[in-house]
Amino acid sequence: MMSASAPTFAAAAPRPRRRSAFRQWTEREGVFGWLMVIPPLLFLLALVGYPFIYGIWLSLQDRPVARAGTFVGLANFVADWKDPVFWQVTQNTFVYTIAATLLKMVGGLGLALVMNQEFKFKNTIRALMLLPFIVPTVLSTIAWMWILDPAFSIINWLLRYFEIANPGPSWLGNPHLAMLSLIIVNTWRGLPFYAITLLAGLQTISPDLYEAATIDGASAWDRFRYVTLPLLRPVIFIVTMFSVIFTFADFQLVYVLTRGGPANATHLYATYAFDVAMGGGQLGMGASIALAMLPPLALIIFAMSIYMKPNKT
Amino acid sequence: MIVERRGWTARSLKLWLPLGAFMIFTLFPFYWMAVTSLKPNSELYNRKIMPLIVYHPTLKHYVDLLSETNFLLWTWNTFVVAVVSTAISLVFGVMLAYPLARMRFAGAALISFAVAATYLVPQPLLFIPLADIINQLGLGDTLTSVILTYPTLLVPFCAWLLMGYFRSVPHELEDAARIDGATRLQTMFKVFLPLCIPGFISAGIFAFTLAQNEFLYALIFLTQTDVRTVPVGAISELVKGDVFYWGQLMAAALLGSVPVAIIYSFFVEHYVAGLTAGAVKQ
Repeated sequence: MMSASAPTFAAAAPRPRRRSAFRQWTEREGVFGWLMVIPPLLFLLALVGYPFIYGIWLSLQDRPVARAGTFVGLANFVADWKDPVFWQVTQNTFVYTIAATLLKMVGGLGLALVMNQEFKFKNTIRALMLLPFIVPTVLSTIAWMWILDPAFSIINWLLRYFEIANPGPSWLGNPHLAMLSLIIVNTWRGLPFYAITLLAGLQTISPDLYEAATIDGASAWDRFRYVTLPLLRPVIFIVTMFSVIFTFADFQLVYVLTRGGPANATHLYATYAFDVAMGGGQLGMGASIALAMLPPLALIIFAMSIYMKPNKT
Repeated sequence: MIVERRGWTARSLKLWLPLGAFMIFTLFPFYWMAVTSLKPNSELYNRKIMPLIVYHPTLKHYVDLLSETNFLLWTWNTFVVAVVSTAISLVFGVMLAYPLARMRFAGAALISFAVAATYLVPQPLLFIPLADIINQLGLGDTLTSVILTYPTLLVPFCAWLLMGYFRSVPHELEDAARIDGATRLQTMFKVFLPLCIPGFISAGIFAFTLAQNEFLYALIFLTQTDVRTVPVGAISELVKGDVFYWGQLMAAALLGSVPVAIIYSFFVEHYVAGLTAGAVKQ
């Protein structure tokens, strides 16, 4: 690589110019690199690093909104530990994350396999398929809210029309159905991301491998099990890790569809922390709930990396 | 490829049936949005008639939305915030990605790791302390509050995507420019960055849709109607207590989605490239 030796070459260049010691110094790879990265790093430090530390500090205080806080040590975390709603929230978050991730993974893989055939209008269909992922979530969730409306749900209209149920269930009013509805809507929104990314992964697998497997007498299932799946493993791992993190920390869907109800049955860490901090004005308590999401999230990612490790066959 | 002859039944079972079912699932909510927004209230709240089609379409909800609410202002706010925060994120993203992808220096590995870690920090972890910080800075109810905070979500992503793109560009042109006496800055701006336009479009379009989609910070920082973005405005002002203005909500959802969808449709390929860049190494 070129570094401090550049001026020697500059002398022979068409437009030779004299360079100050400072100029020479900034031309060094290490110096130039650091000068470049320092402004964005400071920005991230100020608006991600500092708030993170400040959040830990807040979680150790009794801090009502708009008033000074008092240091209370781990009292907020102890209170969380004793709070039955907190445990309900923990359970909800796990159910929501695991169910939605599995649905997205299986559905996304299935759809990617279907899409990995030659057919007309492939690009158009792929573009349309991504719509749930690009349209602002809150806006598409408004449509889902109307689909799941207690009185005017289209699903219930169909159930009545085909005389399956009358008047039909209250999708967001029943604790179990509300959770199920959230999982379906989350799947609806996240599945395209899985499908498109896995499809891109499938397209990198050489057809020769399938041909060789077929010649060796492998059935379609064998080809999927022993060629596709192992080669797709790294992609599945990364996509799932993203999906798990953002599903675990989901806020929008729940805020719009149920606000955590009925009776906390659909509260996730993020919405519960929001309620306590913004609704109840207890910033310290809210910060402790938000932070409490980290250990279980780390646990899930740890478990995933054991079971789905890319280099495991 | 393995060529196996199949009849159209096999093909429709393996392709069109699952694809069709999935497309209905995917697109129905958008159809529902459009249909509902065109229904007069008498049809909207009538449980007797078949709800899948409109009998007497009307633009009343759109007219009401545009005349009785600040929807146009919210749209403008959303647009300004998305454009400015995307621009900031691209600049910072390049400043991180260029040295990290093209140079060797002490600490580079650590910075790459820190950027990746920042990308994975879930937003709900930061919103409470950030809300307090924004308040202390006196930035509550200003667009500045979200313009400052959105790049924290977008910069790590842009940097990450651009690093991948930058690595794929051959070194020869830069080396030639350096030998001709160009400074590092000149090489970067005049030789290297112009080669990377597709990478910028990918990162930019992705960042733009993410910024349009953001809700949590906007909900907390923007409480006055004249600074709200479309998602926050729709959910806070078209739902009053228990009263949902369904027609207007649907009109707002549709009108709010259209600009993103149009921009996306022009750059689908770039968007897909950005989406899959992280997970799939070509």
